[in-house]
This record gives sequence, structure tokens and C-alpha cells, in this order.
Amino acid sequence: MKLKLALILATAVLLAGCSDTGGGAGPATPTGATPAGGTLTVFAAASLTDAFTQLGDRFKAAHPGVTVEFNFAASSALREQIIGGAPADVFASANESNMTQVVDAGLATGPTPFVTNVLQIAVPSDNPGQVAGLSDFGKAELLIGLCAEEVPCGQFGLEALAKAGVTPSIDTNEPDVRSLLTKVENGDLDAGIVYHTDVLAAGDAVRGIEIPAGQNVVATYPIVALSGSDHADLATAFVGYVRSPAGQRVLESFGFGPA
Amino acid sequence: MFTAWIELRIGSLDIEVGVDAADGETVALLGPNGAGKTTILRAIAGLLAIDRGRIEVDGLALDDPAAGVFVPTADRPIGVVFQDYLLFPRMSALDNVAFGLRARGLAKPAARAAAAGWLDRFGLAEHAANRPRALSGGQSQRVALARALATSPRLLLLDEPLAALDARTRVQVRTSLRRHLATFGGARILVTHDPVDAMVLADRLIVVEDGRVIQSGTVSEVARHPRSRYVAELVGVNLLHGTAAGPHLVRLESGSELVVADPVPGDEVVVAVRPQAVAVYREKPAGSPRNVWPATVCDVEVDRDRVRVQLDGPVPLVAEVTPGALAELELVPGTLVWATVKAVELSAYTQ
Amino acid sequence: MTSGSANRARARPPWLLLALGTVAVAFLVMPFLALLQRTPWSGLGELVGRPVVTDALRLSLLTSLAATGAALVLGTPLAWLLARQRFPGRSAVRAVVLLPMVLPPVVGGAALLFAFGRRGLLGESVYDQTGLLLPYSAWGVIVANTFVAMPFLIITVEAGLRSMDRRYEDAAATLGASQWTVFRRITLPMVAPSIVAGAVLCWARALGEFGATVTFAGNLQGRTQTMPLAVFLALESGDRQAAIALSLLLIMVSLAVLVPMRDRWLGA
Repeated sequence: MKLKLALILATAVLLAGCSDTGGGAGPATPTGATPAGGTLTVFAAASLTDAFTQLGDRFKAAHPGVTVEFNFAASSALREQIIGGAPADVFASANESNMTQVVDAGLATGPTPFVTNVLQIAVPSDNPGQVAGLSDFGKAELLIGLCAEEVPCGQFGLEALAKAGVTPSIDTNEPDVRSLLTKVENGDLDAGIVYHTDVLAAGDAVRGIEIPAGQNVVATYPIVALSGSDHADLATAFVGYVRSPAGQRVLESFGFGPA
Repeated sequence: MFTAWIELRIGSLDIEVGVDAADGETVALLGPNGAGKTTILRAIAGLLAIDRGRIEVDGLALDDPAAGVFVPTADRPIGVVFQDYLLFPRMSALDNVAFGLRARGLAKPAARAAAAGWLDRFGLAEHAANRPRALSGGQSQRVALARALATSPRLLLLDEPLAALDARTRVQVRTSLRRHLATFGGARILVTHDPVDAMVLADRLIVVEDGRVIQSGTVSEVARHPRSRYVAELVGVNLLHGTAAGPHLVRLESGSELVVADPVPGDEVVVAVRPQAVAVYREKPAGSPRNVWPATVCDVEVDRDRVRVQLDGPVPLVAEVTPGALAELELVPGTLVWATVKAVELSAYTQ
Repeated sequence: MTSGSANRARARPPWLLLALGTVAVAFLVMPFLALLQRTPWSGLGELVGRPVVTDALRLSLLTSLAATGAALVLGTPLAWLLARQRFPGRSAVRAVVLLPMVLPPVVGGAALLFAFGRRGLLGESVYDQTGLLLPYSAWGVIVANTFVAMPFLIITVEAGLRSMDRRYEDAAATLGASQWTVFRRITLPMVAPSIVAGAVLCWARALGEFGATVTFAGNLQGRTQTMPLAVFLALESGDRQAAIALSLLLIMVSLAVLVPMRDRWLGA
């Protein structure tokens, strides 16, 4: 019994030693050199989930001793959390407006665009509503869903519909892209407007229908290393990696366009 | 006309009793707590099903497991007065009495009119609109009885109908209850643990102990020949167990001997001694040397004009004396006295 | 005019209970005080008058009341069966009844879609034959609310039935009342306080319901956007003022109903 307790205590001490010690007490590292260890916290828009996860794995491989933790959510929710004081090191938003609000709050400077995304119509794999384009979004007999106006995807969707001159017959404004996509996948909606990357990520579960360039909206995603970060160098390194050719190739493979 | 043979097991109690009552007859089920009396009543009412046996009213079977017959409570021609009356708290006395009639399909105005008639008969006309909360114990009891009788049942069941009343009310209500029961034409079964209730209200007693009928008969029969300690105590009679030691002699365990007037009927006998037949003296009485024993006063219980003195000794007895005698003899616990009983006051019989 | 109990000598409560109780009250009250402190009192009238707010409030009240009604009609009989009738599988039924209380509401919403959605177990055939669909309509909100809130009513009423003095039901039976008459005239009036308490709990739960509603019925102003959803979206869009105003409104409405329901009703 006592031996077991001692072993547990010893292990706990070891693990404690291995965890992040990069808090404010650590020595400052010279600019340009990446520190040996630490945990990087990245807040990224939900549509970046798969791409950033892979980027995170590669970043970790290139920087042994570093762990990357992600918080994927709607950009608006992330913005609220950051302004509310959440301890993030990097923020990647799905639109400029959310980023601007973070900058205006004095929490970041000099965001840069790193990828673009375009919208696409998602329909269930068997396309029961026989949707062919945005003009079908005006049909009252179809079940149509958009993202809520409060999230970037929703604003862009309304923009695209306005460009196409369609008055949509909307049945629901889902709080985030994920729930919208799920309802399309399950056939609870005939069509929805999501990002091109979301359609790719969903694979066979949904079918994507192109929105012609004249009607489509290009969403520019900005990224920034937050000012209050305890891991400024790690954060900058990560942002640099995302914008590097290697990082961009990864993002492209998931359907993002260049910034 | 009601007959029943009831075999029922409930918890650890095994009940096996025969109960019957003729029209116009009141039968009291008398027994100590836990004897099963209320259980028997609930079985007759259909709130419990019997395991074996048969319950029938006027030839109509109510419960006959062997024949696969079980008439639910609501369909039985019975009326029940419960121990706490169970008057529906949110209804007026009138609506309480009318409830049974309405439940059986009578229209509200007709039911209420009939109920008003019943309340009138019981002298409760001015309380018709009152809620049970506003009624006294005696009034509640009468409403409960009226409610049970309003549906013209063929069998009336009463579960400790006077238990919820204080001593003074009980005496008044007992007398009026006797009167009201007499007006009911069907059979009546009354459950009670109070022997006075049984004696005043019932024509016949059935004594139940541990789920079995110990004794049954008229009140005087039972009082004269109590068959168990419980019954004896109930009717206030002393019971002494002994063996025959001669044609008129009974020897008790303590060795003392009793001389009885009638011939001793068997080997193992029980001798009954009424407390009123025990005379108490401070000094050993001269004269009749038979049935005289020393005793120590154990306890004195004064009850208005009766005093019960518990005597300990070779022949343990409860004697009943007048308050005057108590004062004169200066009887207090610990006093040494002599007790005597005349032979003719002693009856011996086999169990 | 003082009642007898006010005159009685009051013993001081044990200090530990008092201390812990005070901590509990402070813990529960603090967030509301913080909310009040941030309320934009000057702009409140305008905020509360906006169509998005009045739509959400009206929808919330209507659907929560309708859900409570449905719970009363369906839940009370079930509570009676659970309390009074012995049948095989009774404990399993009771466990299933408790399930919506344990499940995360979003899971409940997803399950409702699997059952009543357009491709749902039951929903598909109903839709194909009649074109009727629960999601994306106020009826869907009512169904989702009923699903999560009805268990509260059932549990409360069942407890009330179990603790009721059943001898009155016996007495009614001896007077010739059928089981239905007994239920109607004796049981229901006696268990009324529990039914009221259960209905209040159910209504409160339905009013605050979010996860199952948005998952099953979706979000559309005027049709499926309830108050909690409006608050959530207001926060999302950064309109904190609107979020606070909406929250305050919701709290006021709830208090208006709960405060008059004193010990008599909520004590059960």
C-alpha cells in the first residue's frame, strides 16, 4: 500500500516536471530562436479543424517538446472568449470582422490573411430536393438551412443569395456550420450553404454543388499571434509555419485557397 | 345473512377463521392488537383477497378462490365505517353521504336529497354544509355511519368505530350507535379491542387471537367461561391454571389448593375467579378455613367507584373492593393481607 | 396579528447550517447581481421592444405553456400507473422516464430527429403520407420542450401519489366508486398540490430549454427562436447589451411565476 502510494507520488512529480514550465518565470529567449518546450494554445474557426489538426501534428514533429492544443469553434464564439480573457496564443478567424473586434480590444496587432474559402451548396448525397443552384433556395417546399447571421458563414451565405437575386425561403439558421452540415447529411434539410472545405471534409456524406464565381463570396481568413501570449515566440513560429509554402500546401489539400 | 371461511396469510400472520352473522345481528370480532381482526375485515370488504375459503352474502359469493370468483370492492353490497372515519376532507358532510349514491349512478340532486334525509335521521341536518374539519368526533362518526348506510348495503362493517373518540364522547356515542345499528336490517360485523364496546353493541362475540378463533358465543357465555388469558383479562376475570387433586379440589403450580363447588371436570383445568368475589382482610379471617391465602398488595388502581387491587402470593389474584374498604383497610403496595373466595364463586373447566 | 407560531420561542439554528446556507445563497445570487450591475437600464426599453425580442418572448411563453399542458395530460396518467399499478417492467419504464433528465439536451434533440425527423423512424412515413413535419415549426419546439420537461412532472406527481393516504381511496371503493371515479373525485383533488408543483417545475425547465430545441426544431425568428436561443445568438454576435436585456426579461418572467408559488405549492 505504501509502496503504491510512493510510486504514484513519484510519477506525479515526474509528470509535473515534464509539463509546461514556460510560464512567465522562464528566461527570455533571443528573437528568432524557438524555445525547447511548451504548450501552444490555438483558437481557430471550426472550418479549419481538419487542416489545422494536421498542421499542428507537423509543427509538433518539427518542434519536439512542444504540444499544440486547439479550440475549434465558431469565430464569433472564439472572439467572445478571447475578449473575455481566455488564455489563447494564436487566433485564426473565418472573417475579418471578428478579428477586427479582437484588435480593437487591444489584444492583438498586425493580423495577416493566410487562406481564403469559398461557399458551396451542400445537399444530402441523394439530393432529394433536386437542388441545382442558389435559385432553388427560393422554393418554399424545400427545407433550406443557413448558418445564423451571427456567425461568418451565415453573413456570407446571405451575401451570396443577394448577389444571385434570390429571396430565400429559410427554415432554420443554425448556430454553427457543424450542426447545419449534420442536418444536411441526415436528410433533415434539402440544402444548406457551407464552406467548400466543409463539403470536402464531409466526403460522401454530402454532395457539393458549385456556386458560380459571380454569386460566390470569398472569405478571407486572418491569423494573428495574440499580444498577451506567454509563448510569443512559439506563437509567431506557428503563424509563420501556417503561412509558409509547406503550411499552405497542407491547407490547399483541404480545399482552402491562397490568401 | 353473511357467512365466511377465511384463510389468509399476511406477513408473518396466518389467519384461519370462520365468521358468520345473521340479518339483524351484530357480531363483534374481539381480540388483541395484531390478532388479525382488521385484516379479516379488509378481506370481507374486498380490499384483500383470501388464499382459500369462501365469503358470501345472502348466498352471493364475494370471494371464492377455488371457484375463481372475486368480486371487487366497488361491486360488493357492503358499507364500511373506518376507524378514522375517512370522511373526504374536501367535501361537505352532505356530499360525503351522497358520494356512494352518486358513484352508483344516481343524479346529483337525487343523491343529495337522499343524503339530506340520512343526515336528518342522525340529527345532523344543520351540519350538512360543514367540512369534516369542522365536525366533532361524535358528529364525524355519525356522518361516517350515514355515508355507509346510504347505499343500502346488505352487510355493515365497522372497524373500531369508537376508538377515535375521547372517553366521555365514547360513552354517549356508544349508546346512540347501538340504537342506530338496531335500525339496520342487514348483518353487522364490528371489530374492536374494547370489551365494553363489544358487550354493549354486540349480540355475539367472536374472539380472535393470532389469526384463530379462540372462542365464540354470546357475551355472557364468553364472560362466564373465558378460554384464554386474554379473554379473561378482557372481561376482568382472574384465570388460574391447575390440575385436579380431588373431586372438588384444584392444585395450582404454587402448591396452593382451591376448593370448588362444582365437580372438577378434568385433569388440566382452568379456574375462573371474578374480582368481585375476592374478599380482602388485614387479619386472617376466623371461621371458613377453605380458600384462604396470604397475599401482598402489589398495585392499587382506583377507577371512580371501583378499586382493583392486585395481589401477589401463592394465589395471584385481582380483587375488586369499594373505595370505603380501601380506606378502611389502608391498602397500599406492600401491605400484607389475606384473600378469601367462596367455593361457589369458583368455576373450574377444561380449556 | 401574530399567529401562534410567531409567538413560540425560537431556537437559534446551528451555526454550521447557517454558515453553509448563507454561502449557498450568495453563490446562487451573485451571478444575478452581476447581471443587474451590467444591465443597460437607460436603453432597456428600446432593447426589449425590438421584434426579435418580443417574438422570442411570445414564442417561449406559448411553447413552454403548451409543453406543460402536454406533460399534464400525458404525464399524470403515467405517474398514476407507476405509483399505483404493479406491472412487469415497471422499474424499466421508470428508468426510461428519467432518461431525458440525465441525457445532455443536445443528445435528446438528436434522438428526437432520429425518431420524428424527415428521415426518422416515425417521421418518414408521416411526412411521405401527409407532408407534415415537426422540425422547423413551433410544434417541434413544443415536442422538444415536452420531451425534456415532462419527466420532472412525472417524478413529482408520482412521489405525491406514493405519499398520499390511500385509505381514502379504499373508503371510496367501499362506497361503490369505480377506479375511474376514485381517480377523478378522490385521488386527483388530494394530489393536486403535487401536480401544481410538478407543472411549475416542468414549465420552468421548458422555458429554459435550449439544446434539444435548437437541434430538433432549428432556429428561425418568430417560428422556432425561443428566448434562450436569442440570448445565445446575441452573445455570439457580440451584442452583449441585447443578451443581458433578454436574460433579464427571462428572469423577470420566471420570478413573476415562481414567487407567488410559495411553500404551500413548491414544498409538495
